[in-house]
Amino acid sequence: MMPVVLWTDALIGLLLAGSVALAWAGRRNRLMRDAWRRVAESRPGMAAAVVLACFVVIGLADSIHYRPRLDAPGAGVGVPAAEVVSLLDRLVAGLRSRGEKTYSAPFATHLYAKETLEGPGGRQFRDTPRLRYGGSHLKRPGARAADVVFRAVEGVAAGFALWLLLAAAVVRRLARAQACSPSAAWWRIWSGQTAVAWNAVLAAAGVVLLVAFPVAFLSGQYHVLGTDKVGQDVLLAALKSIRTALVIGTLTTLVMLPFAVVLGILAGYLGGWIDDLIQYLYTTLNSIPGVLLIAASVLMMQVLIDTHPQWFQSAAERADARLLALCAILGVTSWTGLCRLLRGETLKLRELEYVEAARAFGVPTPRILARHVLPNLMHLVMIAMVMDFSGLVLAEAVLSYVGIGVDPNTYSFGTMINAARLELSREPVVWWSLAAAFVFMFALVLSANLVADAVRDAFDPRLVGRARRRLPAG
Amino acid sequence: MVAIGLALAGCGRAWNDPYPASENAANILYAGFTERPKHLDPVQSYSEDEAEFNAQIYEPPLQYHYLKRPYTLVPLTARAMPEPYFLDAGGNRVGADAPELAFSVYEIRIRPGILYQPHPAFARDGAGRLRYERLDAQALRDVHELRDFAYTGTRELVAADYVYQIKRLAHPRLHSPIFGLMSEYVVGLKELAAALRQADEKLRAAGRPKAWLDLDAFPLAGVELVDRHTYRIRIRGRYAQFAYWLAMSFFAPVPPEADRFYGQPGMAEKNLTLDWYPVGTGPYMLTRNDPNARIVLERNPNYRDERYPAEGEPQDAAAGLLADAGRRIPFIDKAVFSREKEAIPYWNKFLQGYYDSSGISSDSFDQAVQVGAGGESTISPEMAQQGIRLETTVATAVRYLAFNWLDPVVGGADERSRKLRRAIGIAIDWEEFISIFANGRGIAAQGPIPPGIFGHREGQAGLDSTIYDWAPGGPRRKDIAEARRLLVQAGYPDGRDARSGVPLVLYLDTTDRGPGDKSRFDWFRKQFAKLGIQLEVRGTDYNRFQEKVRKGAAQIFVWGWNADYPDPENFLFLFQSTQSRARFQGENAANYSNPEFDRLFERMKNLPNGAERQALIDRMVAILHEDAPWSFGYFPKDFGLLHAWMANVKPNQMARNRLKYQRIDAQLRARRRAEWNLPLWWPLAGLALLVAAPAIPAALSYRRRERRRASAGA
Amino acid sequence: MLAYIVRRVLYAIPILIGVNLLTFTLFFVVNTPDDMARMQLGIKRVTPEAIVKWKAERGYDKPLVYNERSQGVRALTDTIFFEKSVRLFAFDFGRSDNGDDISWQIRNRMVPSLALALPVFVLGLYVTVSLALFQVLFRGTWLDVWGVILCVAMMSISSLFYIIGGQFVVSKLWRLVPISGYGEGIDVVRFLLLPVVVGVIGNIGANTRWYRTIFLEEIGRDYVRTARAKGLAETAVLFRHVLRNALIPILTGAVVVIPLLFMGSLIAESFFGIPGLGSYTIDAINAQDFAIVRAMVFLGSVLYIVGLILTDISYTLVDPRIRFE
Repeated sequence: MMPVVLWTDALIGLLLAGSVALAWAGRRNRLMRDAWRRVAESRPGMAAAVVLACFVVIGLADSIHYRPRLDAPGAGVGVPAAEVVSLLDRLVAGLRSRGEKTYSAPFATHLYAKETLEGPGGRQFRDTPRLRYGGSHLKRPGARAADVVFRAVEGVAAGFALWLLLAAAVVRRLARAQACSPSAAWWRIWSGQTAVAWNAVLAAAGVVLLVAFPVAFLSGQYHVLGTDKVGQDVLLAALKSIRTALVIGTLTTLVMLPFAVVLGILAGYLGGWIDDLIQYLYTTLNSIPGVLLIAASVLMMQVLIDTHPQWFQSAAERADARLLALCAILGVTSWTGLCRLLRGETLKLRELEYVEAARAFGVPTPRILARHVLPNLMHLVMIAMVMDFSGLVLAEAVLSYVGIGVDPNTYSFGTMINAARLELSREPVVWWSLAAAFVFMFALVLSANLVADAVRDAFDPRLVGRARRRLPAG
Repeated sequence: MVAIGLALAGCGRAWNDPYPASENAANILYAGFTERPKHLDPVQSYSEDEAEFNAQIYEPPLQYHYLKRPYTLVPLTARAMPEPYFLDAGGNRVGADAPELAFSVYEIRIRPGILYQPHPAFARDGAGRLRYERLDAQALRDVHELRDFAYTGTRELVAADYVYQIKRLAHPRLHSPIFGLMSEYVVGLKELAAALRQADEKLRAAGRPKAWLDLDAFPLAGVELVDRHTYRIRIRGRYAQFAYWLAMSFFAPVPPEADRFYGQPGMAEKNLTLDWYPVGTGPYMLTRNDPNARIVLERNPNYRDERYPAEGEPQDAAAGLLADAGRRIPFIDKAVFSREKEAIPYWNKFLQGYYDSSGISSDSFDQAVQVGAGGESTISPEMAQQGIRLETTVATAVRYLAFNWLDPVVGGADERSRKLRRAIGIAIDWEEFISIFANGRGIAAQGPIPPGIFGHREGQAGLDSTIYDWAPGGPRRKDIAEARRLLVQAGYPDGRDARSGVPLVLYLDTTDRGPGDKSRFDWFRKQFAKLGIQLEVRGTDYNRFQEKVRKGAAQIFVWGWNADYPDPENFLFLFQSTQSRARFQGENAANYSNPEFDRLFERMKNLPNGAERQALIDRMVAILHEDAPWSFGYFPKDFGLLHAWMANVKPNQMARNRLKYQRIDAQLRARRRAEWNLPLWWPLAGLALLVAAPAIPAALSYRRRERRRASAGA
Repeated sequence: MLAYIVRRVLYAIPILIGVNLLTFTLFFVVNTPDDMARMQLGIKRVTPEAIVKWKAERGYDKPLVYNERSQGVRALTDTIFFEKSVRLFAFDFGRSDNGDDISWQIRNRMVPSLALALPVFVLGLYVTVSLALFQVLFRGTWLDVWGVILCVAMMSISSLFYIIGGQFVVSKLWRLVPISGYGEGIDVVRFLLLPVVVGVIGNIGANTRWYRTIFLEEIGRDYVRTARAKGLAETAVLFRHVLRNALIPILTGAVVVIPLLFMGSLIAESFFGIPGLGSYTIDAINAQDFAIVRAMVFLGSVLYIVGLILTDISYTLVDPRIRFE
């Protein structure tokens, strides 16, 4: 195994490390701690956070890349394969290898369209052929319903068992912390008398487990979400799309943060011609219709990538570069909102007494900015980050639809929707790709929205909506 | 919404009818177009979607017979098929095989009495002077479209109009795609272009870059006007395929009056140009050109007495294609082409009866068509019940996977790369590609020449035995084990270099036109993975892809060719080494080169179709099978779905002037449309209820609260 | 006031110059004139001469920003930059790479774009403000709670799904309106019905929630409490006081968009086959016709700046306390 670190992987790692560090640093800050406590109280927020965490775990598993070693033809050391795969690919290797010829419906045992088959004795007839993998363990296709139910029940049972374990662990911990009996702790959780909204967490975890386990149990023998045009499992496409959505949703903000923060603070704190210049810069960028600026930049990046094939060793790296470029472009075209917000906030901060005092004592400007201004803006940055997430995920779909989104080789919800659009006009309708994209995207964006609401309410209820940025919504 | 809908439905037709009510039962054909035609000027227009319009309007001297197969040229405005005669350098007649042959001469006599469509360029006043010859800004003030001119006129078609158009091929301000090719053949065309360019530069220098350039003042040595209805074209050497060009709009007549009319200052600014409003002698004339929404063709009132053909293929009579034999054409009064960019709405509107025939390359017909084991297609029972018919024809085109001959890994004539190419050729299951991506609309190719073109071999005789075996039912792709064996011989067991063990990575260069291409890439990867070869898809934008192919930097790429004319020369020249794209900017995109092939090609080129030519072609195709510079992909099939009310439709790859033969039963169409488009309105009522539902509890709770507040306040 | 507007207009000039410079750099880095020529001339039988000719005719044979071979001012004006970019300031958009007159196209396509965007905007504003008021009226009750949940759910659905779903259900299954296209005269209504409804529904989630928070913020203020103490009915308080005061933030959001309505909506227009500026832009992006994209960028920037100025003016109209020096 030869690890491969793509650029986006590295940045995701950086983001993760940064969040942990920030959380560690914020532990001592009372305001921050109170705010997080308010987040933990929010029932919809915590339930959504559980769902979101599942998405994040899948996305992280898909962000650990490596090249598997091939067996050497003779004896000796293995050679790394040319293909870059991720940990997620390895976990769902079954989904990857069990490809059919073309479309098949969820849980189908036969292809979706009829083909001319040859019966015994060379007689030709039209029917839907059996799938190579989907339901191939069944002797009679008629036994499918019972088999599906049986496996689903197995999955539910396993999921429920795990949930019970989880619930027991939570109850025990709470009982120990509050020095009460487990049943009292359970009652407190159930009636919502805990500081952390454990009831919401457990309920959401229950739902996730009761959905994920049956799906996992069934996906070994069936294509739970059907297969696409070239016979790939749609579930795989949906799972792989999660990483793209997460990368776009988070890295975009990460990429634009330096611009927005530095320029916003400088403009607000220094004022004068620097302020004018920065204001000019963002007004100019703002005045260009977003999609067009993105289109132009994406095309330019593409040319840059295309004309320098030597920069990339594999298709994965190329696709990754394009994804990162898209993040950067989305970031550059959308940092203006946050920048303006930070500028306004800095204007207020610089008039505060302790900042003025620091200035009077001759503390150097960089130090004032780093010690007194920046920490007081961090909550705004964080709110902007969570608030933007869902908008960016939605924007990716639209951009990919327009053809200026991710690399066509990258799995993404936009790519899925685009392909699924044509399938809707088939007769009978191929609906499962679109449905899968819809469900996954809806769950992701909805949970992100709910978490964002909880975070925003907890940190700054007055800031409602002000950080909204112009994104191409269609 | 319901109210508006009801009001509109009051007109007595379906709610979803996209056309005005007045057209309901009129003799109008409805079709769509995806791309706005870039050029309607016959000297520039080359693409098929433009020909859809131009071929109904412009009449070159020759045309393809509507019904006969193989494709046969017949006179259109010419009186007879022109037979070339040959001259030596001194202008003396010589035989066709004479070594001193220097020129071929085509003498074309056109039929007298053919009239142009009514057009303001021909309008004359009482004194016989052209009315709109000297227009100024003032006169053009209220003119926005061509129909804003009050007067129109016509005149007889003369040979000089054809000569004029040939000169326009060399026009410095027009881009004729065939100028490069034609200047090699038509005597004096290059010189004319040089003279015109000089004159144009002089005008530019004089600050009048858009001033009128009078082509009549410049001679074209190779084209001679014999009399009012006769002209001669002299071309260098022998070029047996020249007659095919005479059936294209590049050689259609353009009246100088029209050119001058449109050349007046102020016209181009209002889009009054030949590129926008064509002028022809054909059965239809363009009356409305709004390329964003619709283009309308209407019957040309001056059209001559032209009759429906009386003979065709043997099965045509049974298919009802000869029922109208001898009747005067055209049948249809008007054709409305609506802009339809997306395939889905087009397909759905077709099913609803709002388009008379379906877009041939739609992705959605899948379930409409069933493909049998032998590749034959039938329409699905549901569609047949609606009265929809299916017409299929193999396109005069080929799609293939090219291996760049200049590439060190997959290219070249050595044994190693040849075996690798063959192994890949076996692994790529084009039959599956056709069934998944072309919905069965294609035939896996055994060579470069599609069926219906001379030189194509059916059955076992045409088998590509390096890739296929002959089985009783037809060609059967060799087993993948054979491909793996070849790969071992090529030195890549299991897709890895035999010596180093490094996996073999190949690159498919392609354009990525968007996320929709992903499945195609996945499919190709799957094919190579059968051999253990990893395929990396290098998708770039169109320009970069072109550039790579042009520079010979692409490794493997999918490419296609649509024939200009139905002759094997037009396919086999794709392998000529002098056509190499990387070296000579030609059409040989794979940069294939084989001296033996070149030699045979030169001999085959000008031979008449016959046993000798066939033998040469067989040898050439055998060389290609051996060298495998392409993985022969497939010959696309064109499928046309037609509604029951359409008559006289026979797909014809070469003849574009099909509209004049077709007929529709507008009454039947109106009935069917009404039957098929009964609106479902009850879901709307349900929705309205759903929206209104919260209102009742809301009102109740509001009342309760107000009352509570009132009592609390008291 | 007038002086203020003049100043704002003058301030717009450097911004437009910036926009122009940026787009020019972006587009010509992407696409050399050779690329454009090849793109337009197709792949069949293209000779190097044809490319040279194409460039010469479109004026792409000139140097990018400085022409060494010309004298004086002409060294700057006889360049691609001057010809293609500076002329935009005179709203002279020139011809697109495929030869059509961009100004003609813009004039021609503006009407369909507006015919779609204006009803979506007006109806959308009306519907969302009403819904938000409705929610505020019932704040704290289950109607409000479910309303908010519904809003969050609706804004979590990609606009693509609204369009795809709407078209599939209403046009294909129910056969109520034409699937796509655009008509003439009163016929237009039938074509626009569905896109307008879809457009309005697609915006309900985010906007209702946004207006609701504005109203809630307003309702917490002292004057509202006073009004309520006077015994005014809740509806009267809402409509007479809250709505009027909440108009300022609503207007900031809304007025700035009005001029941009001319640009049309990219996705809806191309899905529904409406020949407006949005679908024109999409086509241009797909065809890499940068002359059009450049023109649209410029137009968009101008309209955005107009929107900003209009916003400021509308402030003074709504709230007479605001004055500009």
